Amino acid sequence: MFRFRLDGSSGVPPYLQLVHQVRQALLLGYLQEGDRLPTVKDVAADLVINPNTVVKAYRQLEHEGLAGGRPGQGTFITATATPVPPEAQQDLRASLEAWLRAADEAGLDETAVTALIAVARRDLKKGRV
Amino acid sequence: MTQHDADGSVPALRTDRLGRRYGKVWGLRDCTLEVPAGAVAALVGPNGAGKTTLLEMIIGLLEPTEGQVSVFGETSRADTAETLARVGYVAQDHPLYRDFTVADMFHLGRAMNPSWDQELAAARMDALGIPVKRKVKSLSGGQQAQVSLTMALAKRAPLVVLDEPVSSLDPVARLEFMRDVMASAADAELTFLISSHVVAELERFCDWLIILSGGHVQLAGPADDLLGAHRLLTVPRATPDGDLPGTVIHRTDSDRHSTVLVRTDPVQLAVRGHAGWQAEPVSFEQLVMAYLQRSPAANPAGAAARPGPATKAVTR
Repeated sequence: MFRFRLDGSSGVPPYLQLVHQVRQALLLGYLQEGDRLPTVKDVAADLVINPNTVVKAYRQLEHEGLAGGRPGQGTFITATATPVPPEAQQDLRASLEAWLRAADEAGLDETAVTALIAVARRDLKKGRV
Repeated sequence: MTQHDADGSVPALRTDRLGRRYGKVWGLRDCTLEVPAGAVAALVGPNGAGKTTLLEMIIGLLEPTEGQVSVFGETSRADTAETLARVGYVAQDHPLYRDFTVADMFHLGRAMNPSWDQELAAARMDALGIPVKRKVKSLSGGQQAQVSLTMALAKRAPLVVLDEPVSSLDPVARLEFMRDVMASAADAELTFLISSHVVAELERFCDWLIILSGGHVQLAGPADDLLGAHRLLTVPRATPDGDLPGTVIHRTDSDRHSTVLVRTDPVQLAVRGHAGWQAEPVSFEQLVMAYLQRSPAANPAGAAARPGPATKAVTR
């Protein structure tokens, strides 16, 4: 059974830490389609955290299409990790680096860059609807 | 009368302009707040903030001077069996009869509570390895706390109030106690209200936050929303409070710059930006400490208004 951990000093909200760990485990192959995630109660007791935090993390995983709840049975991994092909990843990375250099030259700091990306993604999503 | 939320659900706890006066001094005043069913709520505040006064009115040990408390929609009346049965309570010093055995304590619990769950009580002692024939005074502090918690859980009350439950325990006993609280929160449809001084640990336990200071509610609502509505700004020292976006909660000035914790709309903040300004998310501890260091005379952010956006605690 998959086990979560919690880093109290990371500053990352606990529910996001759980989500990240599942994503990472999927990419690394530690979790595969059909695997059952531990119950909310087991995670809450294991990590000594609020069960609602675990519920929130599982909801987020469902929202991302990575996991799904089966009534009375628990939460299961529903996706297989499909890593981005290396060539595509290289191309995307090159154009991102060019963009980040331009942002740096324009005087944008990390927070501004993050904010701009968030705004652009939001608008892009809106455009699709 | 049963009071409903906008979405039709009944909050586990609601206080309405609740106040208690001791002679000429108000121990708590104008306290309006709400805790949704299924939440684990933290109640924090300095000594003398009115925490115990609030808790004692919630569990029905103290009559309010003004306003009222309702638990799952039913108005509480002090010292009535109905009110006492609806709230489980673990007091700070885990008061138990020291010469009683654990079995005697449970017998007492059964006699006093019509909905007493003996099976749950016995199973918990079994799981914890506490022999019920042992006298209370021969148990460790951690075990006594566990017996107290068991007494509260076996009442099968839908709201459980814990007053500084772990302050007298060592770190391991503290963790084991909270592990059981978190497991019960997942297991049953229980709502917890936990008062604590150990602010750093609260973030992982609680999804609802109530900050009390100077007899008033300073801040109350879903912890995630409250964190999202505050930012830590670093700005040039000369920047007056009035130029800052949002309400200043706490400000530290150094030679050239100031660090200011503000309540603000982060989206606006990110879009507007400002050369030489930096905005960072706040941690749970920073947020609580900023409000606790704020002068009690300051305009309470949450006293007059209803608690923030009605994000419900998720149901399990």
